[in-house]
Amino acid sequence: MIQIEYILIISAIMMFAGIYGFLTRRSTLAILLSIELMLNSADINFAVFNRMLFPTGSEGYVFALFTIAIAAAESAVAIAIMINLYRLYKKISVGELNKMKW
Amino acid sequence: MNSQNIMFVILATFIVLSSLATVLTKSIIRAATYLLFVLLGTAGLYFLMGYTFLGAVQIMVYAGGIIVLYVFSILLTSGSQEKLSKNSIVKVLGSAALSLVGFAVFLFMLFKQNLFARVAALGAPTEPAGAGTQNSIHEIGNALLSSANGGYLLPFEAVSVLLLACIVAGLLIARKY
Repeated sequence: MIQIEYILIISAIMMFAGIYGFLTRRSTLAILLSIELMLNSADINFAVFNRMLFPTGSEGYVFALFTIAIAAAESAVAIAIMINLYRLYKKISVGELNKMKW
Repeated sequence: MNSQNIMFVILATFIVLSSLATVLTKSIIRAATYLLFVLLGTAGLYFLMGYTFLGAVQIMVYAGGIIVLYVFSILLTSGSQEKLSKNSIVKVLGSAALSLVGFAVFLFMLFKQNLFARVAALGAPTEPAGAGTQNSIHEIGNALLSSANGGYLLPFEAVSVLLLACIVAGLLIARKY
């Protein structure tokens, strides 16, 4: 049988892989990919808590839907910023985008 | 070992390996492809839990929409030459240590506290999580647009305003000057 811990462990592995990628990547697009990993693991947690702790409710289900919508909005705006940055500076690596630093 | 458990093991291995490959691979376009595999595996988990509508939304919005957007923007910014490089060994080791310590604390808390001892395991795959209960598509649609107790009209409208603001902001930011 599939215990709730197994699914939580999977989502925790996704979350900490996302944290590792967020800290080590240099390209801003790769950082966004890591953020998507973390958001997705939060989605899994919403769904599994709803399914296994409160099977008659629908709060986690609906909020997983809202999280997906918010992730789509976030990545759309972030990608627009990346494309604008690439037009202006021809690079999107975090080490070279220091125009607004201090 | 029924078929549900076998499917779960396959999905778990797939998700774990792909999510590790997403953050460890050198090429960013490969990272996007591995992220697509992670999202498809997550949709498989939702199907396994009986949340078919959520799995369909996951495939359509994430795998079909967001990943395509990412691949296009990676190609637009000629990011295929972008490498995971120029990181000092201290930074890589520090990040790995932070992630591993966090994961170890999570495991310790999960098994030490034994929070979910009385939670039943996921049932047979024929067990309905949709029809009849509160999570059929019909019920979800009614709950999203009802303002009664247990309705989600306010977050639904907030998300729609957010999406409108996101469309305007995307057009405004990415336009040519």
